[in-house]
Amino acid sequence: MNDRTAELLAAFDAGRIAALARVVSIIEDQRAGHEAVAAHCHPRVGRARRIGLTGPPGAGKSTLTTLLAETYLAQGLRVGIVAVDPTSPFTGGALLGDRVRMEKVALHPGLFIRSMATRGSLGGLAAMTREVCDVLDAFGLDRILVETVGVGQSELDIARLADTSAVILVPESGDAIQTLKAGVMEIADCFVVNKGDRPGADRLCNDIEVMLGLRGGAALAGIPAHHGVDLKAANPKARARAAAARDDAESWTPPVLRTIGATGEGVPAFVTALDRHFAYLERSGALRERRRMRLRERVRDLVERSVRRRLWHDAALTAWLEAELPGLERGESTPQVVAEALLARSVAAGTLTERTP
Amino acid sequence: MSRPIRVLVAKPGLDGHDRGAKVVAAALRDAGMEVIYTGLHQTPEMIATAAVQEDVDVVGLSVLSGAHMTLFPRVRALLAEQGRDDILITGGGIIPAEDMAALEALGVGKLFGPGTPTTDLIDYIRSWFAAREPQGT
Repeated sequence: MNDRTAELLAAFDAGRIAALARVVSIIEDQRAGHEAVAAHCHPRVGRARRIGLTGPPGAGKSTLTTLLAETYLAQGLRVGIVAVDPTSPFTGGALLGDRVRMEKVALHPGLFIRSMATRGSLGGLAAMTREVCDVLDAFGLDRILVETVGVGQSELDIARLADTSAVILVPESGDAIQTLKAGVMEIADCFVVNKGDRPGADRLCNDIEVMLGLRGGAALAGIPAHHGVDLKAANPKARARAAAARDDAESWTPPVLRTIGATGEGVPAFVTALDRHFAYLERSGALRERRRMRLRERVRDLVERSVRRRLWHDAALTAWLEAELPGLERGESTPQVVAEALLARSVAAGTLTERTP
Repeated sequence: MSRPIRVLVAKPGLDGHDRGAKVVAAALRDAGMEVIYTGLHQTPEMIATAAVQEDVDVVGLSVLSGAHMTLFPRVRALLAEQGRDDILITGGGIIPAEDMAALEALGVGKLFGPGTPTTDLIDYIRSWFAAREPQGT
């Protein structure tokens, strides 16, 4: 570690915001010294709760993120927001506009907001978002809210990063068939139907609940009888008992909540649901499992990245591959054979075990 | 590996004329920069806070209200308070040439008037960045 990095980390430990911001940049850009910085952060990771918000563009992710932040700040907690927006695949540029919606809380001293561009990542997050969350965690923030880019149906990286993933939908998001599709609907620990005062909100809530029931094998459990009054739902005592039973359960059924971002209606219930989910994670051991999985994936990612770098930065191997191409073109060899031979050569030459800068 | 230049584009003041700021933000994006756009009615405190948190290289302000002699130095002072006087402050709007010169003497970067091609600003930011980056940040 050089002097400048040491100085920076001392300022980071002293709680200086400018130092935190710079550490985030070093990690995001993988600038010189990023290994030392990551090593410094790692032992302190694990205190913060990480909450992911995902959903289609315009569903109200930024607005709900801001409302959650406001609630946590009012509880005296320190909050980090990581807001991800897309990078243009054509120019490499990005317009990161999530701060516009976060103005109301922007000056709160307990809040740190960072915008990230995807820089070519396709899973709804940037390649380094997880690592940036580690930095915010190590800095001592209590809640980390991660807002993905506006997603379609299969950008699911958020589930690998967050302790709790909330999928934000709006009545315009689509019909019952959309809610039956795989992907983003399967990662939700919590569903939020935002813009809940618009027509179609009831139906969307119902559709999601039916879909969840189908998955759990109890398609109609929560749905009132088609004719007449549902006596179970009408009895408040029975309802409270059912809710208590749910709280103790070892399994988790994602709640379907309704919010109105413009007025903040439904946000307290959303906060409660997030707390309940975290309590469930702790109680059931799922939290440890999720975090362990996160570490496993981190190591695997690092290995893959480093293998790729070492292989393709080896001039001899690249030259050998080039020389093989004519034979491939003539059909004398196959890509599989060349790939195996290349791997064998790299092992023999020690390419993979040699430490390259 | 070269990293993208990060720029904060903000529109301080009470008027609602953000067309210029939006055009500049889009042009910088198309030039391959990462632009953090914060929108209208930003106070110098909000601008400096965002610039520090986002660890930007450049702050671009659009000032049409005549308050440039207050706003530019104030943002610069707030950034300096956080040890970030290395951030380039540039921008444009309705600013008389003698005020531009006075602001430059105060440590503000080059400012651009109406009708400037966006490529002038892009070239200016790029060459400033290239001149600074070899020493690291």
